[in-house]
Amino acid sequence: MKKVGKTFSANVEALRKMSLAVNVGDFISLLGPSGCGKSTALRLISGLMEPTSGRIVWQGDHGSGSIGVVFQEPTLMPWATVGANVWLPFRIDGQSFRSVSARVHESLRLVGLEDFTDRYPRELSGGMKMRVSIARALVTNPRIILMDEPFAALDEITRFRLNIDLLELKAQIGCTVIFVTHSVFESVFLSDRIAVMTARPGSIIREIPIDEPYPRDERFRTSSTYAAHCRITSEALQESMRSAA
Amino acid sequence: MTGTAPDDTVHSLADNTPSLASVADKEERQRIIRRRIERVGRWLMPAVMLVISIWLWDRIVVWNEIPHYILPGPGRVLSTLIADWPILLSALKVTLQITILALGIAVIGGVGLAILFTQSRLVEMSLFPYAVILQVTPVISIAPLIFIYVDSKLVGLLICAWIVAFFPVLSNTTLGLNSTDHNLRDLFRVYGATRLQKLLYLQIPTALPYFLGGLRIAGGLALIGAVVAEYVAGTGGIGSGLAFTILEAGYRLNIPRMFAALLLIAGTGVVIFTSLSLLSYLLLHKWHESALKREA
Repeated sequence: MKKVGKTFSANVEALRKMSLAVNVGDFISLLGPSGCGKSTALRLISGLMEPTSGRIVWQGDHGSGSIGVVFQEPTLMPWATVGANVWLPFRIDGQSFRSVSARVHESLRLVGLEDFTDRYPRELSGGMKMRVSIARALVTNPRIILMDEPFAALDEITRFRLNIDLLELKAQIGCTVIFVTHSVFESVFLSDRIAVMTARPGSIIREIPIDEPYPRDERFRTSSTYAAHCRITSEALQESMRSAA
Repeated sequence: MTGTAPDDTVHSLADNTPSLASVADKEERQRIIRRRIERVGRWLMPAVMLVISIWLWDRIVVWNEIPHYILPGPGRVLSTLIADWPILLSALKVTLQITILALGIAVIGGVGLAILFTQSRLVEMSLFPYAVILQVTPVISIAPLIFIYVDSKLVGLLICAWIVAFFPVLSNTTLGLNSTDHNLRDLFRVYGATRLQKLLYLQIPTALPYFLGGLRIAGGLALIGAVVAEYVAGTGGIGSGLAFTILEAGYRLNIPRMFAALLLIAGTGVVIFTSLSLLSYLLLHKWHESALKREA
């Protein structure tokens, strides 16, 4: 799976000649100040927008169901149960609940919510709703998952917990993740590569590899290597903001 | 997230009030007592008010020796209601029939047009202003014209009731269909949903609470439309509704029957509103904020 350059403009130039190569199994964070076009980049990758110039090149097929999306809000349908929400991608594909119920339950089991299939979203806490949202993104067995600041609205304790859970999950299913965030700490903890973006027009000014072995846990979060990576990343972010100003 | 049972709290929906004795905290106990008083009071207070006002009404009539052809006492209204029941019942049936039919057509027309509006901006642009004009023109000023051109009184009444009932359904449903969460819309696009799927799985469920709100308004309006149109139509003889019963009784100075018919119209309105509220509760109580009890 590879992505070459793309430029995007709608009078406001959101992205200029942004290039990013993504390999199978990567965990890449897009890090940058707000308004740098991180979300635009994700919308382009997911096919919600067409690039003005440049293209996105995929290796192999990428039909519907090969991409999973997680937004900043859980984005669940309040009138549907947890199970029905997770079923949605299959439902749109024309498959009955019965024929895919095993997949739905498996996906909910992965996020630890198998006992909540018949609950309604409003009965769940913020963190649990986000887990359902992740389960829905996983249910089609996608090759790539796009996450747009998924944990930004959660409290720190829940966020740390979901960070670790997300890494475990990724290790299990081995898909590619592109993760948009504005948190240096989150991006260092999660990714094996950080793409630091600059604003107006957005492009990647630096790619920082985080060559630390998985699984990472709370010990990694307090280690000195983690702190060193955070410093490097933070400096790169400062630099990107200077170049924008 | 593997195998880790989430320790996040699950919000219970049940209203489980603990017994008073088991609550140690003083403030908490007072809160429970207050809640109990409120629960009983919600029913008791209107009932007490009703009894007092009926009693006052009766006393005013008796003390001032008001003749029944000016102001009948509550007892006389009740006895008229029973004595005239066959006449009143057939009139009620007519009014109810028109109201329900008009509401039904308003729902079909309003929802149908709303769906058409969301599917095509062009249709919306060309029709919506006229739907507004139809709504803002008082039905009582259109009704005489309608009865000139429409031969059947029933159809005429139906048209009048429909005109007033249809707009709240249309405007609320349109608003609801356009109120979908933008992230969910994106999600449907990512998974390649068709227009029909988007309509069925996303827009219609989103619009449901809005539609039900419009329906509750439309139910009351359909009754008002039916009654107003009947005043204009002045239907005589067999097959006339409650409004005509009131008119006719007025000509004959049969004031008790006027009161009895009025009582039935008001009762009908209450029943329509209550049943539509119940319908709304049944459809929404599992998920929508409006139908859920908040825990204090």
